[in-house]
Amino acid sequence: MDWGNIFGNAVGEIISPTTAAYALAAIGLGIHFGYTGLLNFGQAAFLLIGAYAFAIPTLAGAPLIVAVLSAIICSVIFAFILGIPTLRLRADYLAIVTIAAAEVVRYIVTTTGLTDFTGAANGLSGFKGTFAAINPIPEGRYGFGPFTYNEYDWWIRIVGWALVVLASVLVFLLMRSPWGRVVKGIREDEDAVRSLGKNVYSYKMQALVLGGVMGSVAGIIFILPRAVQPANYTTGLTFFIWTIMLLGGAATIFGPIVGSMIFWVVLSLTQGILYGAIESGALSFISTTQAGQIRFILVGVALMLLVIFRPQGIFGNKKELSFSV
Amino acid sequence: MIAGIRLGRGVRLTTMIVAVLALCLGFALGAAATSARATETPAPTPTSTDSGDFTTTYTIGGILRDGDTLVAGAEVTVEGGDFSEVATTDDTGRWSVVVPGKGDYTVTLDPETLPDGVELRDPDKSSATVSAGEWQTNTITRSFPLGADTRQTTGFFEQFLQRLAAGLNFGLLIALAAIGITLIFGTTGLNNFAHGEMVTFGAIVAWVVAVLLGINIFIAMVVALVLGGVFGYLNDWLLWKPLRRKGVKLVQAMIVSIGLAIALRYLYLFNIGGDTKTMNVGLSDAVVLGPVRITTGSLISMLISVVVLVLVGLFLTRTRIGKATRAVSDNPSLAAASGIDVDRIIRIVWVLAGALAALAGVMLALYRQVSWDMGFQVLLLMFAAVTLGGLGSAYGALVGSIVVGLFVELSTLFIPPDLKYAAALVVLILVLLVRPQGILGRKERIG
Repeated sequence: MDWGNIFGNAVGEIISPTTAAYALAAIGLGIHFGYTGLLNFGQAAFLLIGAYAFAIPTLAGAPLIVAVLSAIICSVIFAFILGIPTLRLRADYLAIVTIAAAEVVRYIVTTTGLTDFTGAANGLSGFKGTFAAINPIPEGRYGFGPFTYNEYDWWIRIVGWALVVLASVLVFLLMRSPWGRVVKGIREDEDAVRSLGKNVYSYKMQALVLGGVMGSVAGIIFILPRAVQPANYTTGLTFFIWTIMLLGGAATIFGPIVGSMIFWVVLSLTQGILYGAIESGALSFISTTQAGQIRFILVGVALMLLVIFRPQGIFGNKKELSFSV
Repeated sequence: MIAGIRLGRGVRLTTMIVAVLALCLGFALGAAATSARATETPAPTPTSTDSGDFTTTYTIGGILRDGDTLVAGAEVTVEGGDFSEVATTDDTGRWSVVVPGKGDYTVTLDPETLPDGVELRDPDKSSATVSAGEWQTNTITRSFPLGADTRQTTGFFEQFLQRLAAGLNFGLLIALAAIGITLIFGTTGLNNFAHGEMVTFGAIVAWVVAVLLGINIFIAMVVALVLGGVFGYLNDWLLWKPLRRKGVKLVQAMIVSIGLAIALRYLYLFNIGGDTKTMNVGLSDAVVLGPVRITTGSLISMLISVVVLVLVGLFLTRTRIGKATRAVSDNPSLAAASGIDVDRIIRIVWVLAGALAALAGVMLALYRQVSWDMGFQVLLLMFAAVTLGGLGSAYGALVGSIVVGLFVELSTLFIPPDLKYAAALVVLILVLLVRPQGILGRKERIG
């Protein structure tokens, strides 16, 4: 077994753009669930909308700024469509409706009738030009050890993690502000906040939009190192983001970031070790495909154990727990 | 002392979760002996071959089949620009033409060369086109549907009736599983996201018994029903009862069920592989009822669904346990105070839900084969049905399921078939806009 390679790959996941994208999506979900108490099970839809609303204008020749704005605006519109019918209902209705809405959006981009726009099941590719064009890093390979990447890979990592830091600072400041106190109050006791004369519905909507926009920006970072694939946006994506958020701690600043890092490092490590064991003949009764599946069985079990035994996550404070229902 | 007890309980809970998983693993491992191990999970990657060179060959081809019979000796012409070539299908029904490059082509099947008794399903569709933009890969497939089909009856009314029958079948099937969801929700308040996996469980059991072991499908159905009930019981005994004791909140429990669903789903994938298993048990003969063609399998499954649903209805309204179930749904504390053993009722509900879900799984397998995520694919439709009918109401679940089933099938008359599930989910969102408590739900439940 090549331990160096296995650990190298695992350590590389700490700063990979995918980790950054999941962290950002989990920060957005943290605003929804951790701070406001909204059970959003459709975060994958925000990533999907960010991805397609960025890729389609870019492929049509729009400049980078227009594509990013289009992603943000589309996610705001989607948040309104999602929020208007559901935010007045009880929490678990929101869960079912958001998960349904996310699947609806995925069915729509996968339908063959829209192949010209969305590429149907094949997805989209070839939209990296505008982002690569503003890369200030000269061509070449930089870094040391497992962290050696070319200029484009560094550029995605820098932008992705800068956005993660920006979002974290924003959340930190917001949650210390009066707005944050109202939102947390809604999580604890909606009726109490309403009796203080606050428009609960409006605050919930603002939180939904804000977290949704973060999800959509995460969607852009997620696709920059790869192609847009509709199969990536199943409910599985939402559940992984939930696992990451709960792992770190839902209502915490560093929770989503550390949660995402741990999630990806552990996935990479288990894959490396299982593959290594299979190649060396120590595990002869399973195939490499099955090894990939074992990891997801572990994710499911980890999610169960986490919610049962440490629902506040690694950094969380048990008082700041939003399982109010 | 208290810490000790809590720790002990925690350890027991963990061992129980592990035990549930180990049990399923053990069951399914036995079944997986013949399954293909190296099947990839379906994750299509675009194979871009824009950098075509001289060594690349481009092919247009396909397989001609009439039902299950492969058609040999038919001639297919591929034309484009100056290029023209005729291919003849071989004994396996295959034909292919190597074309000079990526471009526009017309593919024409000569109906005269088809064997006697085999005809194009749609006589106007004897040719198909290939456009230059389609060459994502080096091979493009064109098929020509042969033989009689329901689509032969092109009249809108006939199609409508056909879809109506299919929708009713699908709706009854969803209802079987959805009543379990709604009973569990009613008695415990839990939204069970792992219910789809209970459906898959039944389908896999039936597939193992009927296809792998070759035992009669009706015996397989009974086996699935019984094992499904056992599975439901184990679910409650090993996981949900300890969690209720621990005082785990409802949202927390819902996320636990999501974790369980992920774990079980990938466990199924691990054991049976990612390919779709055919449920070839001899129930696919078509029966013609007036303008409607329906398979015997669908007919039997509709019949069984109706009988079982009526039995469940009688159980809930006529028997002591059924009445107690409804009492617990209404108000658990009051039910407990009046001498009802709430835990026992919940256990019975889980057994019933597991058995019904497994039966629904068998029907679903007859309707559209067996795959590892089949239950999850219909889970949202079941939730849509339950929410539409009103969470917690058993009759609501029935009405909601029929509405969802009919809507899924009838929507294909107007929109592309690959959007039919989306249509049903959109209806869910729209109904919640105007009547949040659902069709038969009570207002106090929406909070």
